[in-house]
Amino acid sequence: MKIIYDGSMDPTQAKSLLGSLIPRLAAEDPDFIYLDADLMSCIGTLKWGKANPDRAVECGIAEANMVGVACGLAASGFKPLLHTFGPFASRRVFDQVFLSGAYAKNDITVLGTDPGVTAALNGGTHMPFEDVALYRTIPTAIIFDPTDMVQLEDVLRQSKDLPGVKYIRVGRKDLAKVYEPGTHFTVGKAVVVREGKDCTVVASGIMLHEAMKAAKMLAEEGIEIEVIDPVTIKPIDKKTVIASVKKTGCLVAAENHNKNGGLYDALLEVLAENCPVPAGQVAVEDEFGEVGPQSYLQKRFGLTAEHIAEKVKAVAARK
Amino acid sequence: MDKKEAAALKIKAAEIRIAALTAIHSLGSGHVGGSLSICDALAVLFGREMKTDPKNPKWPERDKLVTSKGHAGPGVYGALAVQGYFSYEELTTLNKPGTHLPSHTDRNLTPGVDMTTGSLGQGTSLACGMALGDRLKGRDCRTFLIVGDGECDEGQVWEAFAFASAKKLSNLVVLLDWNKKQLDGRVDEILPMGDYAAKLNAFGFDTQVVNGNDVEELAAALEKTREGGDKPYAIVMDNVKGAGVKEVEETEMNHSIPVSDDQFERWTAGLKAEIAKWEEEA
Repeated sequence: MKIIYDGSMDPTQAKSLLGSLIPRLAAEDPDFIYLDADLMSCIGTLKWGKANPDRAVECGIAEANMVGVACGLAASGFKPLLHTFGPFASRRVFDQVFLSGAYAKNDITVLGTDPGVTAALNGGTHMPFEDVALYRTIPTAIIFDPTDMVQLEDVLRQSKDLPGVKYIRVGRKDLAKVYEPGTHFTVGKAVVVREGKDCTVVASGIMLHEAMKAAKMLAEEGIEIEVIDPVTIKPIDKKTVIASVKKTGCLVAAENHNKNGGLYDALLEVLAENCPVPAGQVAVEDEFGEVGPQSYLQKRFGLTAEHIAEKVKAVAARK
Repeated sequence: MDKKEAAALKIKAAEIRIAALTAIHSLGSGHVGGSLSICDALAVLFGREMKTDPKNPKWPERDKLVTSKGHAGPGVYGALAVQGYFSYEELTTLNKPGTHLPSHTDRNLTPGVDMTTGSLGQGTSLACGMALGDRLKGRDCRTFLIVGDGECDEGQVWEAFAFASAKKLSNLVVLLDWNKKQLDGRVDEILPMGDYAAKLNAFGFDTQVVNGNDVEELAAALEKTREGGDKPYAIVMDNVKGAGVKEVEETEMNHSIPVSDDQFERWTAGLKAEIAKWEEEA
């Protein structure tokens, strides 16, 4: 696997990638079907969707029904991908995803856009800091928090053929370039994006870019962090995490999510049972979202490279 | 329908009631009221209207049944046993450890159960997805959806009804079990929904209201749902909760009730006597 991270952002925004990828998946696979709840415009699928109503099912602002319809389509032999904003793709339809989806063994992929601070100007009502926590409690669910566009494309493509409920949380705008185009990812297999000996930093979604910036800052002070992209928050790659902390002796998790129930908790479960080491978290304190540009919100909620660097030093000092 | 066929359907409905009561009695109590109220519908669906093959329950071209009021599982299991999907002996495993017959219907456990339901409201959307899926796959088959009147308290039911109409799902037939009661009492006292038929019409359904405990009326109404067109179909079944067993019908709070040995003997003896009468008629 080739890492091409150099700090630059991918010129392609997620919205534009989704707007071309979803029609391509439909063209490639006659069983693929896409459903949306009046947010096709937001991921660039509206024009294609209107022209192809048998491949793109407009459900209106009725997310619970959309999940049920998707599950019924799955029972009929389709591979549904359904999209809405993160809070509606998690909180609002939790019971439908849990029962009509996972419990009933109807295989669906749920795309929840604009997780956490990437909801930005839509504000607190649209800002899910708890979606990962919810999905982690659904037996058999797989949770993706893609760190770059190459990964987004790959996990979206493979999700349609994976069993169970798959949840993909991604912002509609920028992500840093991390992986060489065409890179293939495996469920439950993390990627060591940068090697280091002093502290393991596991960072998902937009926080990987912040972790890599923190790595650069810390390297100037002689601290070398190992940066890991978990790829899936559930299942979490125990093997890679354990091997890394055995080398570094401590761990920091960085996530665009409430401090409760997300990536950090998944990692703590691994550490507690296998190799207890000092650990810390860069995440949203137990509070609600608010409105503002993403850059402001990252500072407001402590989701920056500076916060990661500080936390690494504090945790490493406890070794 | 000739007299002979009508008698056969009445016999089937009584057999389903006996089978449902057998399952519930083996446990000592259960959802008697809402299971009995749909037995005539189950008899007409399995005995006449639906295209099914008990030997091949996953046949893709079959007509599907979604019992969104999943707590009527014992009624459905009664029908499936009568149709030969599994043996009568299995009925007495209801809710016991390792059973294939859980309290609420589960597509992964019971042959002949087409969808998992139980969290009220959710089956309506699932049925819409199944009907849409069959249409998109070009399958010549329909989905029948049994919804409770109390279940219509759930907002998701109305989201699904709007969707069915928007997508012109004429291969979907909603059978609304208007049995007037829910767990805590009368539907009209708990959360009155007004005129179900008027609401369904307003949502864009081709709607009929019939006595859903009369197999002949129901069969005639179902015949009219075969015509295709561009509307989903609805039949509001003017039902009695606990139908077919007078003592249960007359029990005001009959959603989930015990069934003693004496009651079981008395109720099934009554149903068997009716079967004997209809056999003579036929």
